Amino acid sequence: MSEVVLDVQNLRVEFPTRKGVLTAVDDISLQIRRGEILGVVGESGAGKSMTGMSILGLLEPPGRIAAGTIHLSGDRIDNLDDRAMQAVRGRRIGAIFQDPLTSLNPLFRVGDQLVETIRLHTDLDKTAARVRAKELMREVGIPAVEERIDSYPHQFSGGMRQRIVIALALCAEPELIVADEPTTALDVSIQAQITALLKRLCRERGTAVMLVTHDMGVIAETADRVAVMYAGRLAEIGAVDDVVRRPQHPYTNGLMGSIPSLSNDVEELQMIPGSMPRLNAIPQGCAFNPRCAHAGPRCRAEVPKIAREETTGAACWLAQTGTVDQGEAA
Amino acid sequence: MTLRQNAILEVDALERRFDVSAPWLNRLIERKPRKTLRAVDGVDFVIQRGQTLALVGESGCGKSTIAKLVTGLHAPSGGNIRFHGDRDRLQMIFQDPFASLNPRWRVARIIAEPLRTLKPGTPEAQVSARVDELLGIVGLAPADGLKFPHEFSGGQRQRISIARALAGEPEFLVCDEPTSALDVSVQAQVLNLMKRLQKEMGLTYLFISHDLSVVRHMADVIAVMYLGRIVEIQPTADLFANPLHPYTQLLLDTIPDLEAPRRDRSPMGGEVPSPVSPPSGCSFHPRCPLAFDRCRTERPQRRPQIHNRRVACFAAEEGTADVQ
Ligand SMILES: Nc1ncnc2c1ncn2[C@@H]1O[C@H](COP(=O)(O)OP(=O)(O)OP(=O)(O)O)[C@@H](O)[C@H]1O
Ligand SMILES: Nc1ncnc2c1ncn2[C@@H]1O[C@H](COP(=O)(O)OP(=O)(O)OP(=O)(O)O)[C@@H](O)[C@H]1O
Ligand code: SF4
Ligand code: SF4
Ligand SMILES: [Mg+2]
Ligand SMILES: [Mg+2]
Repeated sequence: MSEVVLDVQNLRVEFPTRKGVLTAVDDISLQIRRGEILGVVGESGAGKSMTGMSILGLLEPPGRIAAGTIHLSGDRIDNLDDRAMQAVRGRRIGAIFQDPLTSLNPLFRVGDQLVETIRLHTDLDKTAARVRAKELMREVGIPAVEERIDSYPHQFSGGMRQRIVIALALCAEPELIVADEPTTALDVSIQAQITALLKRLCRERGTAVMLVTHDMGVIAETADRVAVMYAGRLAEIGAVDDVVRRPQHPYTNGLMGSIPSLSNDVEELQMIPGSMPRLNAIPQGCAFNPRCAHAGPRCRAEVPKIAREETTGAACWLAQTGTVDQGEAA
Repeated sequence: MTLRQNAILEVDALERRFDVSAPWLNRLIERKPRKTLRAVDGVDFVIQRGQTLALVGESGCGKSTIAKLVTGLHAPSGGNIRFHGDRDRLQMIFQDPFASLNPRWRVARIIAEPLRTLKPGTPEAQVSARVDELLGIVGLAPADGLKFPHEFSGGQRQRISIARALAGEPEFLVCDEPTSALDVSVQAQVLNLMKRLQKEMGLTYLFISHDLSVVRHMADVIAVMYLGRIVEIQPTADLFANPLHPYTQLLLDTIPDLEAPRRDRSPMGGEVPSPVSPPSGCSFHPRCPLAFDRCRTERPQRRPQIHNRRVACFAAEEGTADVQ
């Protein structure tokens, strides 16, 4: 069994507001191993980015980690001060966001940005760092590197910019990459190029990747395992084939059925009635119960959970116990 | 003049150019020529009454520009659009349901507006009864009419946009990426609603999306666009079963498939070139694995006479187009 790179245990993220404390991430546990891609899916507001930002140490106040721990290859990182965390972020964790311009400085040539980042994290001198920068640019598939290395970010297309961001994230050979919707803003043909690139890098370098996206197709073809989030909680986690083909949680099942197919004809798409609750109105018990066709008394009373040490499972009473009747708690 | 039986919209040799030159003074100083962008470059299609024609293609290929030309928000630079329906009953649904709803108006007023425009002087009681009815049709409650747009989720807002479009008693709806900003589960609600309304009211849709699975679910006929041109148009089932243009073939081969995932998919190379300086001949030639000499110099013909089964490619014409 290969080593665990990222180990998130019982993570809870809160936003204190005037009207009370909102819980954006509620008791999430997940692990990513060396060379593994974990996909994180869920609808808008489910808490995917907040989970990613917690790992990166980039939660914006007043958001804060209220409970739980995060370990990177055995080292605890959730309690580091800003300075120490900044070092971890550059060296050991790379970040890729939806908008590549947030990671690039518009005033500097991309080559200089790469060289600076490489020098920050290695002992290479300027000349060697520039050689390394070119290597990285080639590795992420930038054509005509010699000509492009001295261009500014705005002189690149969206897809090419995202490649530069990936090159930047790779400078320090990180153990983990957190990629939050890295291809959402890109065209399908470019999206495929970027996901293929991520997959190759992960395989060749053994990097662990957390890939946040709402595109199940991308997950199905890219991730090894997938975590499905709903209203800040983990609804289901498991091997990608299992979750996609044999979803255990009624929400995952509904999500799969609502996606138009590329091969089967259906007159009507499956619908999940209603919408995901807002953070200030999360129902008692299972957060999905008002929309769930199987909901029973236990679902309205007790929160179903996936045990922290489980790598596979669904947070659902029906899936776990075969019944939604009141359990021993009644 | 109706050329085709039952056609509600006929678009012939449609063109739209935009002047994207640097400001006059800069041009003078830097001696730069005028620059023209051909956003829509000779497009032909016909939509039959009660059907859905979809435009698909990557960002910048000209989909929204066509939507704006059809609805009259842009004037054509060339070609023509013939609409054999009631112009007042042509409505549009936009991608961003929030930007297109007046945030200071209550939902009831938003929905009532096209109704009041269409039939001024309708008694208030009748207007409000109709608004309640429309809210019901799109799955909202009469009480929702008293709320403001920000009190709704994305999917609910898009349903409000649909209710507003329906208030104008449309026969023809131009839908520009109506679900692209929505989560898949919400998208399913909106797409199902649109299909149901089409059946019940005999609506015609010009449906724009970059998502091939959505388009497959919604459209009777699909037109695939590349750099301002339609490269292929076919009835939906045929397009998926037998794509003729190398670009369509590569596109279908590129999109991730949930039911039949392929983890070793090899992505299409290259990028969409700039529409300001499109490649010569067939504009797909720099990315086309089948390109030969003729493709670099000659542009494949439009052949508008065959209206819903046509491909603009030399290799396909010779029956040799098969990228696999
Ligand atoms: N500063 C804040 N104050 C209060 N709540 C916030 C704040 N920032 C985010 N949230 C809430 O936290 C929840 C989780 O947000 P998050 O950005 O993680 O969602 P997401 O799953 O990434 O969604 P998307 O797919 O839209 O990116 C949301 O309900 C959001 O409204
Ligand atoms: N008002 C304008 N002035 C100059 N150029 C324009 C204008 N409107 C559109 N364009 C250009 O015309 C081309 C086609 O744009 P259009 O918005 O129709 O594309 P689209 O297919 O809808 O793309 P997307 O999928 O990104 O919405 C693009 O290159 C765009 O930059
Ligand atoms: S716990 Fe109950 S309400 Fe929640 S998903 Fe399972 S069956 Fe449905
Ligand atoms: S005309 Fe030539 S370049 Fe264009 S798609 Fe056909 S084979 Fe390819
Ligand atoms: Mg997010
Ligand atoms: Mg558009």
